[in-house]
Amino acid sequence: MKEIRLHGRGGQGAVTAASILAVAGFADGKFTQAFPAFGVERRGAPVTAFVRIDDKFIRRRDQVYNPDILVVLDSSLFKVVDIAGGAKKGSMIIVNTSDAGYKIEGFDVKTIDATKEAFAVLGRDIVNTAMLGAFAAFTGLVSKDAIHDAIKEQFSGELANKNIKLVDQVYEKAKSN
Amino acid sequence: MEASHAISEAVKMIKPNVIAAYPITPQTHIVEKLSEYVANGEIDAEYIRVESEFAAISACLGAEATGVRAYTSTSSQGLALMFEILFVISGMRLPIGMTVVNRALSAPINIWNDHQDGMSCRDAGWLQIYAETAQECFDLTVMQYKISENRDVLLPSMLGLDGFTLSHVYEPFDIPEQKEIDGFLPEYKPTHAVLDPGQPLTLGALGFPSHYMELRRSQVDAMEGSLKVIEKVYKEYSEKFPVQIKNTRPEKYYHIEEYKMDGAEIVFVAIGSVCGSIKDVVDDLRAKGEKVGLLKIITYRPFPMEAIKKSLKSASKIAVIEKAISPGANGPVFDEISSLLFEAKSAAEIRNFIVGLGGRDVKLDHIQKIYDMTKKSQGKKQEWMF
Repeated sequence: MKEIRLHGRGGQGAVTAASILAVAGFADGKFTQAFPAFGVERRGAPVTAFVRIDDKFIRRRDQVYNPDILVVLDSSLFKVVDIAGGAKKGSMIIVNTSDAGYKIEGFDVKTIDATKEAFAVLGRDIVNTAMLGAFAAFTGLVSKDAIHDAIKEQFSGELANKNIKLVDQVYEKAKSN
Repeated sequence: MEASHAISEAVKMIKPNVIAAYPITPQTHIVEKLSEYVANGEIDAEYIRVESEFAAISACLGAEATGVRAYTSTSSQGLALMFEILFVISGMRLPIGMTVVNRALSAPINIWNDHQDGMSCRDAGWLQIYAETAQECFDLTVMQYKISENRDVLLPSMLGLDGFTLSHVYEPFDIPEQKEIDGFLPEYKPTHAVLDPGQPLTLGALGFPSHYMELRRSQVDAMEGSLKVIEKVYKEYSEKFPVQIKNTRPEKYYHIEEYKMDGAEIVFVAIGSVCGSIKDVVDDLRAKGEKVGLLKIITYRPFPMEAIKKSLKSASKIAVIEKAISPGANGPVFDEISSLLFEAKSAAEIRNFIVGLGGRDVKLDHIQKIYDMTKKSQGKKQEWMF
């Protein structure tokens, strides 16, 4: 089983990203589970969401305390939340940052400037789908095609198209990193 | 899909005629989705957006009294606000189906999961069934109407599912074809007296002391008799709709689900989604040679006493894990199981573990600790796992 924890701020779409990831993983033929840790819902407040991926139906319903992979939608959260807390040694941490040299002792940090990419394609700083493109590229746990399909389930029309374009763009960038 | 949407899908497929719901907290995605389905024509129902849960349940009462299928869902304070009407509905023997997304009661203000809301309505004369997974949410929603509307039952039913811990979880489940659901649950034809302007009558009239007790008794008899009907409906559903995704539901629905109970000396008893985590812990313990099992309660009202007694026959130590408490006493399930053990002259040790109140996460470590304490007979009769 792979356990993933997503950290974002209210409005960035961390909860939606978790559900898209679960739908995509299922489309790829795996069993998935996604759920948020709901707090007080307001824009800007730290938000956590969880995803599990396995080859059989996932029964446990506790939160993810020892993630294999962390996805950080906003690097300023490192100052407020113990993001790497409980993470297994050497775990991959995918961080949205413009600092390509970003490092965290003891972890496999991958960076992507998702804010810049999201602004360029969507015209706003909602980075969740961009981070999913990076997730697919860095982990290989879900396919890009499955993320496309899951996005089409979540959004419609032009919004879906733009998000798919964003996923592709980030995926290529991350692959070439 | 989210578990709350498993309910919305099931409600769509049972073709309700009236849906009444209060759209603001504590409400869930269930009725949000249903309002979309009514708006886009996928459900041919009257959707009544009411001003409170008191009005929602009252609208369902009125609708069902005219002989149509009614649905509503709520949580916590919303259910509390319905309390008065719950008794009116069961007394009038109106087979309304409701989903209760189980959440804590204030104060302090809390929107998260526990079972205090549902358990506090235990004596309202409604059937109560509880789901562990999204698949069970779907299946039991379909079944609850078949059970409630049965001529020998005619009692309203609540399906409980854990708020957030299950309602907001994306996980896979299978949806059967509409025509198969239609075959299982045909269009609703009321067998009770209905309100009709062409044939005026009074429902829910005054019951003098000379009659009240008899009517209450008939309600109790119907509730007790419903055990057999529920069993039949569970069986029919399980045969008609076999498991599609392994481990998402019992192979054969029954009042209880017995997980690794063969030769189990130490037994967990629990309700709802926490059973998933308990099953994982049971697997770990069994792998280490521990003789442990889980008794999951699906039908809570009527309380399946004989099934539970039989299941616990060879247990020597029992841990009842509950997300509700009766202040000044114990968890409600604990007291009821204790009473059964007394009746059965069982010498089993029984302990009550209160967990997960107000959304406190129930970790696998908690369950492991409960096991250790139970095995070593440690701690008080009632222990809280913070």
